[in-house]
Amino acid sequence: MSLPLTPSQTVGPYLALGLPWEHGPYAVPEGSAEAIRISGRVLDGAGDPIPDALVETWQSDPEPSERFRGFARCPTDDEGRWFVVTLRPGRVPGPQGASQAPHLDVSVLARGMLNRAVTRIYFADQHEANAVDPVLASAPAERRATLLANLEDDGYRFDIRIQGPDETVFFDV
Amino acid sequence: MPDGFRRDDRDVHPALDSPAYRSTALRHPREPLVHLPHTITEVTGPRLGRDRVGELDRDLMRQHAGEPLGERITVSGRLLDGNGRPIRDALIEVWQPNAAGRYRHRWDRWPAPLDPNFSGAGRCVTDGEGRYAFVTVKPGPYPWGNHPNAWRPAHIHFSLLGTAFAQRLVTQMYFPGDPLFPYDPIFNAVRDPKARERMVSRFSMDASQESWALAYEWDIVLRGRDETPMEAER
Repeated sequence: MSLPLTPSQTVGPYLALGLPWEHGPYAVPEGSAEAIRISGRVLDGAGDPIPDALVETWQSDPEPSERFRGFARCPTDDEGRWFVVTLRPGRVPGPQGASQAPHLDVSVLARGMLNRAVTRIYFADQHEANAVDPVLASAPAERRATLLANLEDDGYRFDIRIQGPDETVFFDV
Repeated sequence: MPDGFRRDDRDVHPALDSPAYRSTALRHPREPLVHLPHTITEVTGPRLGRDRVGELDRDLMRQHAGEPLGERITVSGRLLDGNGRPIRDALIEVWQPNAAGRYRHRWDRWPAPLDPNFSGAGRCVTDGEGRYAFVTVKPGPYPWGNHPNAWRPAHIHFSLLGTAFAQRLVTQMYFPGDPLFPYDPIFNAVRDPKARERMVSRFSMDASQESWALAYEWDIVLRGRDETPMEAER
């Protein structure tokens, strides 16, 4: 049996009523030793912050457990900022026996977006693994850097530009 | 390699670039999307069990000292995948305005009353047959700034995580026969009229409870696994 799907609609401006969780940005408990922090901003086509967006991250590695949810979600603040705290992902299998570089899948939802936008976070310091990642290789070379989180003083930085110059690479999932 | 999910038909979801909904103008990617294979990251997803959900979370009428004003309704149905199978133990989150069409949110300033007994957020976990049920008030329509005299048809926001990243969906459930349907650019951003109908709940006299509540039923369908042979095997 094949059933037709339910269409997507926007989260609207009031997503903060229903979606944020206490500790939502923490895929691992606050203060966990091996945790990494990834943060950034969500920006629109004019370069302005999107204050009514939600960023969700998912990773299948390390394997989720009671202490590690694998999933984090964070609404953006008035300056479009978000963050998640998680464990560093490892390499996982990819298509046709390839190995994928460490990455997180990301959903971006916002008022003004009728469906989610999907991207991936890779880590700029994983040169060797990134060089052979089949998904990274499929992104246009000149835009590939938009998929890389860079290590800064307070953790990794990953800005999401929905539109415009330096538009983040988004995927058809 | 894990099996992937069937990819959506073109007309199911609204285009991110839908000019009649003005806020999409600066919030849609202009570059072409890059094909993402369904690898282990996409075919797995968070399992957020019952421990996250309290008994009162699915009853939006009982979250405060008194009962909210408005028309008491039940909203129930099943969460299924595109192959017709129930999606069990899956988190469903909802949010909505009160009966007067006002959200309890600092940005919602239109002059309709707030209800001290209504927060407008709920969640539940589907049972072994994929069923869910909420008790709430029927949300009111409300004006918004998209165009002159713009009003949203009454709706409840639904968020579904399914069982895999590839199944994630956020949508809105509407009520049958709403006179605002022809005028709403968000509803009509779904181009296929049959697909639009799948966002509209149905009224059920049978499920309505005497001297208690009218019932609306709505099934939600997320992508199913692709059960045709993998390309590599052909």
